[in-house]
Amino acid sequence: MSGSPKARARREFLGRASIGAALLALTPGVRLVELVAAKSDDQPASASQRWGLLVDVSRCASGCDACVSACVEEHGLAGNDRPESDAQWIRKVDLVGQQSGHELSLPLMCQHCENPPCVDVCPTGASFRRADGIVLVDKHICIGCRYCMMACPFHARSFIHEDLSGQKVHAPRGKGTVESCTLCVHRVDEGRTPACVEACSTAGHEALVFGDLNDQGGRLAKTLAQKESDELRADLKLNTAVRYSGV
Amino acid sequence: MAEVYPGVLTVHGGPARWVLALLAGMLLALSGAQADVARPQIPPARGEQCVEPVEIMRRDHFEFLRHQRNQAMHLGVRVLRHSLAGCIDCHASRDAQGQFLPVTAQGQFCQGCHAYTAVKIDCFSCHASVPESVASHAP
Repeated sequence: MSGSPKARARREFLGRASIGAALLALTPGVRLVELVAAKSDDQPASASQRWGLLVDVSRCASGCDACVSACVEEHGLAGNDRPESDAQWIRKVDLVGQQSGHELSLPLMCQHCENPPCVDVCPTGASFRRADGIVLVDKHICIGCRYCMMACPFHARSFIHEDLSGQKVHAPRGKGTVESCTLCVHRVDEGRTPACVEACSTAGHEALVFGDLNDQGGRLAKTLAQKESDELRADLKLNTAVRYSGV
Repeated sequence: MAEVYPGVLTVHGGPARWVLALLAGMLLALSGAQADVARPQIPPARGEQCVEPVEIMRRDHFEFLRHQRNQAMHLGVRVLRHSLAGCIDCHASRDAQGQFLPVTAQGQFCQGCHAYTAVKIDCFSCHASVPESVASHAP
């Protein structure tokens, strides 16, 4: 394209200025490399993180329920000795191969799906997915219809049938609402790991690895890069945040 | 001459006296009804100052709580300034043995005022009504 030297200089100036403007527009909100760390109390959960869990089934001991006890203790889930209706946020499942007889034992809880069926079916918006991927129930607006319990392919949710007392300050729970594993969101927001992960480690099994799936330098992403792992019911394309290796 | 008090009509003599006295009594009962209900005695709280001026808290505390609850639940913003746990931490009383009294117990911080204003609160069917631990409750 031809033009006078003056016009060319003007075009170059405008070109440079627009690149500068684009950079300025990019910098405040978007960082090309996000820092991954525990957020401070006044910061909202960020979509740059996605909290997840890897269950190394080869390390999970049959008969050990340290994770389940830790969860019960952490959230005050003590029931009424009625297994059919007592709340259960995490449970141990023992599997036996029908032909081979090969035995597996694994913990099963909310899989914190990217496309959660519980959120799809909730008529009030009480089931929701936080920006950092944690799937929760807002019990203030849960009406106890239990559609989510039917929609969940992992049977991860419980309904509270009876009046409760003595709830923990960080785990409000009450009759007529649905609940499930929160990935210990109150701990995660403080930069701590979930109670089940801590208990598994204390029990010496190290079968649970917690971390940020998006943090490529983090322990979870590194372990996932090295080890073969699967989603449960991958056919449903839920993109779960809880992964299993050795199943 | 009869002394005149506001709301009290005094008439001397005659058969109308009793009728008027009765009417006056009914009026007094109606106009004085509010004053007959004792204002709640709120147990003393910890600390010098509430997070907002008392007048604002009386009028708007549920707005603060609702805002905080939505922020904490959906966004994970957990600043304690307007949290329910924060209210209870300051306003829970202890009995003679040093054990916490629930804020929902008769005459305690939440229950006392809500009984007076005839408001039923639903917070404590789920939320803890005492602070987390005696240890976290420094005087």
